[in-house]
Amino acid sequence: MSSTTHDAHHDHHAPPKGITRWLFTTNHKDLGILYMVFALIMFFVGGAMAMIIRVELFQPGLTLVDPHFFNQMTTMHALVMIFGALMPAFTGLANWLIPVQIGAPDMALPRINNWAFWLLPAGFTLLLLTLFLPGGAPAGGWTMYPPLILQLGDAFPFLIFAVHILGISSIMGSINIAATILNMRAPGMTLMKMPLFVWAWLITAFLIVAVMPVLAGAVTMLLTDQYFGTSFFNAAGGGDPVMFQHIFWFFGHPEVYILILPAFGIVSAIIPTFARKPLFGYSSMVYATASIAFLSFIVWGHHMFSVGMPLAGQLFFMYATMLVAVPTGVKIFNWMATMWQGSMTFETPMLFAIAFVILFTIGGLSGVMLALAPVDLQYHDTYFVVAHFHYVLVSGAIFSVFAAVYFWLPKWTGNMYDERLGKWHFWLSTISVNVLFFPQHFLGLAGMPRRIPDYALQFAEFNMISSIGGFVFGLSQLIFLWVIIKCVRGGEKASDQVWEGAKGLEWTLPSPAPYHTFERPPVVK
Amino acid sequence: MSQQGANNGSSRTAVKLLLVVVGMFGFGFALVPMYQVFCEVTGFNGFVSTEAATAPLEEIDTDRRVTVEFVSTVNQSHPWRFQAQERRMEVQPGRLYTAYFEIENLRGEQSVTQIIPSVAPGTAGRHFQKTECFCFTEQTFAAGEMQRMPVTFYIDPALSDRTSTVTLSYTLFDLTAGDAPEFDEDATSLHVGAR
Repeated sequence: MSSTTHDAHHDHHAPPKGITRWLFTTNHKDLGILYMVFALIMFFVGGAMAMIIRVELFQPGLTLVDPHFFNQMTTMHALVMIFGALMPAFTGLANWLIPVQIGAPDMALPRINNWAFWLLPAGFTLLLLTLFLPGGAPAGGWTMYPPLILQLGDAFPFLIFAVHILGISSIMGSINIAATILNMRAPGMTLMKMPLFVWAWLITAFLIVAVMPVLAGAVTMLLTDQYFGTSFFNAAGGGDPVMFQHIFWFFGHPEVYILILPAFGIVSAIIPTFARKPLFGYSSMVYATASIAFLSFIVWGHHMFSVGMPLAGQLFFMYATMLVAVPTGVKIFNWMATMWQGSMTFETPMLFAIAFVILFTIGGLSGVMLALAPVDLQYHDTYFVVAHFHYVLVSGAIFSVFAAVYFWLPKWTGNMYDERLGKWHFWLSTISVNVLFFPQHFLGLAGMPRRIPDYALQFAEFNMISSIGGFVFGLSQLIFLWVIIKCVRGGEKASDQVWEGAKGLEWTLPSPAPYHTFERPPVVK
Repeated sequence: MSQQGANNGSSRTAVKLLLVVVGMFGFGFALVPMYQVFCEVTGFNGFVSTEAATAPLEEIDTDRRVTVEFVSTVNQSHPWRFQAQERRMEVQPGRLYTAYFEIENLRGEQSVTQIIPSVAPGTAGRHFQKTECFCFTEQTFAAGEMQRMPVTFYIDPALSDRTSTVTLSYTLFDLTAGDAPEFDEDATSLHVGAR
């Protein structure tokens, strides 16, 4: 396709040199890279916090850090990983990939794109600064429940404004993504011809636009309760702290799908490539994603079964939550049917994608167990919940990001990554993530509470096993870092298509993709 | 689609989505009155009226006995003594009863309190009718003052047959004691001495 090659005689098309290239860039590929590098740094920051948690829990007793610092670590680990690692990683992938997947020259709102990214370092400066303030960082859990969160020291306004800034950043990023997808598609690229990653992000963008402002509102109410004498959540003034939980989880449940829908899109791109078959049930995938997004708005109460909800409320939220398993099951079976009788090969992206399907399903099934109101009263706030959401977020969402990086890295850098190291990274991560999180199911069922730095002696063995898994998982991410650095610096040249079974507009571009692509739109049949 | 057309379309999409953002920010705040109305109408979440009810009109259900338990808590462990004179009562739905609470200000200064009621199970909240209660208004206590305060109530016979025990819980908020206690660095590391 002649229109896709870079026109070398246009001088202004070359990226400017130096730091200003990155500060002022409006190029979607530059911003995608910035987002992903930021996410990688935050992944290691949040990971270091997780290591402190696992060292403390390696043996019973208070062994390394004091309890208040432990609580800061559990809270900050969650905030950093959710808002610093996962969401920017997906937004970065969206920035780099969506324009080249729909045949657009760039994102629809490039300047907003730049601003949205540069708010992130600002927000995280505020958030991470709290570690050095009197009273320490937020320690009441990432859910910020009052009245506990109102007892936070000087860090309180920093936390609130950091959440505001990160919210604004993700809202701007999402508006940009939705505007790009709805307006910038190449001729012939109808909605139902879009790659599923684009579909997943379109729906995710709407979720972010709908619920991030609700979180902003909730934390604003916390702020006015603390400093301006309002009583939204203050029982003495006629407010209700339980109401915060309702408002928070009205945001929080769609948020967990914000963290997983792009992962579904990534896996739906990778599995057909390495099974060398088209995706089974494309349109049902689109409808399933939309159904999951819709259901996410009416299931928030399952996070709150233990607040003393009346029977009717428990039943409603229980059945609505169990409904989510239906469209999710459709997706799992579609991926299995795509692999069925395919000519599969098992390069690193495919390995991570298959591990995603299996391990995400385990996390999904423990989610169905948690949806059952009668048994949730036992599981609530135990390590069973911790095991559940780490299965869906680590071996689910983060594995999909690993898969995506291995899959598209040759297109980004022009070089193949080191397949042998990639496989080491995969096997070490996959084995250790199970050693890390599977025993936590048993700990939770036996009654070990989450967010506590010490535990009863009968939990000692499983915690030690879990910690060892955690250390191996943490260390094996250094392999990932090394693979990326090595691939950026050189390696076997990648072909334009990169993967034998790869389909889609991005694989028609040269590797590495030129700075500007699809300035004249391609024609999609 | 021409470049110009795409730009106009993108701006329009962005403006529409921005309106959604503003709307949803407002919706977050609208949830507050919606939540209160919802709880009031359905009786979910233990909505308890803080206004005096009229005396019971219905027949007294002499065949039925409901256990009423009293719980009293002082918020944030401020120095107050607050306890029910009787821990529990057997009552007949529809009949008026009076229970007494002893409240003593152990702080060395005059204090104003607000006492907030809550009823469990939540759905029993609107069937617990108080005709007189010290929780309706703020109460002022001189330093060291002790008061014996009544709550006059009846259980609405419409209370669900499934409910045989109703717990009335009061939390005393000391309005003059200020906000959350000052952050105490030493207190957080108290337990560390054990290592």
